[in-house]
Amino acid sequence: MILWLTVLAMGLVTFAIRLVPILALERFPIPPRLRQALRFVPPAVLSAIVLPELLRPQNGPLDVSLGNLRLIAGLLAILVAWRTRNVLLTIVAGMGALWILQAIVNRFA
Amino acid sequence: MNSTTPRSEFLAGCRSQLPIIMGTMPFGMIFGVLAVSAGLPQSLAQSMSFIVFAGSSQFVGQQMLGVGEPALILLLTTLVINLRHVLYSASVEPYIKHLPARWKYLLAYLLTDEAYATTIVRYRQGGELRHAHWFFLGAGFTLWFSWQLSTAVGVFLGKEIPPSWSLDFTMAVTFIGIVVVSLKDRASLAAALSAGIVAVVAFDLPSKLGLMLAALIGIGVGMMVENNRPIAQPQADKSTNAPHTNFHE
Repeated sequence: MILWLTVLAMGLVTFAIRLVPILALERFPIPPRLRQALRFVPPAVLSAIVLPELLRPQNGPLDVSLGNLRLIAGLLAILVAWRTRNVLLTIVAGMGALWILQAIVNRFA
Repeated sequence: MNSTTPRSEFLAGCRSQLPIIMGTMPFGMIFGVLAVSAGLPQSLAQSMSFIVFAGSSQFVGQQMLGVGEPALILLLTTLVINLRHVLYSASVEPYIKHLPARWKYLLAYLLTDEAYATTIVRYRQGGELRHAHWFFLGAGFTLWFSWQLSTAVGVFLGKEIPPSWSLDFTMAVTFIGIVVVSLKDRASLAAALSAGIVAVVAFDLPSKLGLMLAALIGIGVGMMVENNRPIAQPQADKSTNAPHTNFHE
C-alpha cells in the first residue's frame, strides 16, 4: 500500500512540475537566474547518481582498483558515449564489458 | 501548411516521434526488467510508467523503492530529477495558453523531453498554428503508448532474468550515455564533474543528502563557469542544449 501511495505521489510531483508553469507563467515568470540553473540540473543530477555507482559499487567503500569491474566497464562506457554520441551503443558496450570482465574473473579467480 | 486539420496535425505529431521511439523503447524495456528484478510487483512496475511517465526518475525510483528508501527522500529525488520539465512547460505555455483547462492538463501529463523536442519545432516553424495542439497530442500520445508497451515487455521478461546478469548496472550505463551525449559545453561538463565528485565524497551522508548536495554544487559550478565566460555564447548554440522560449521576462 505504501509502495502504491509513494508511486502516486511521485506521479503528482512530476505532473505538478509539468503543469504549474503552463497554468501560472503569466503571473509568476521564471527569473533568468533560475532558468539558467535549471539547464544544469540534468547533467549534475545524473552524474551525481552515476559516479557513486562506479566508484562505490553496490554502496560499498571507495574502490579505485582494477578489481572494481563496474568502474572499468563504466569508464569504457564513458569512452564509447563520448566517441559515438550514441546512447544505445553505450549501454551495449558498458554491459558487454561488465559481463566479459565478470566471466574472466569467475574463470580465473 | 495552408489547410491543417486536427487529424493532419495529430498524424504529423505521431510521425515526428517515430525515429525517437526507436531509441526510447529499449529504455522502457530495461525499466520494466529492472523494476521487476528489484522486487516490485509487476502491476506496480507497469503503473509507474502510467502514473509517473518520466524515464530517469522511474529508473531511480524503482531502485529506491526496491531497497526501501523513505518515501520523502524518493519524492525529493523525483522533484530534483524532473525539475527540468519546468523549462519545457514554460516554453510551450505561450502556444497553449488559449486552450481550455482540460487540454492543458492532458498536454502537461504528456510533456516529456521527447514530446517537447518535436512539438516546439512544430510551434516555431509557424504557419497555421490553429490546430497545432493536436500535433502536441499526437507526439505525446505516441511516446506515451510506446513507453507503456515497452515497459510491459520488460515487466514480462523481468522474471526470467537471473541476478548474475548484473542488470542493475544498466541504470548507470544508461545515464552515462544520456549525460555524456548531452555535454556540449564546458559549463555543463563542469556541472557534471563537480556534482559527480561531491556525490562520491558525500555518499555516506544520511538520507541521500549527498545526492542533493552534489546536485546543488554541480548547478552552482555550472552557472559560475558559464557566467565567467568572456564572450557570451551565441543564442543559436544554446538552443541545442536548452529550450528557450518566446516568453520574455
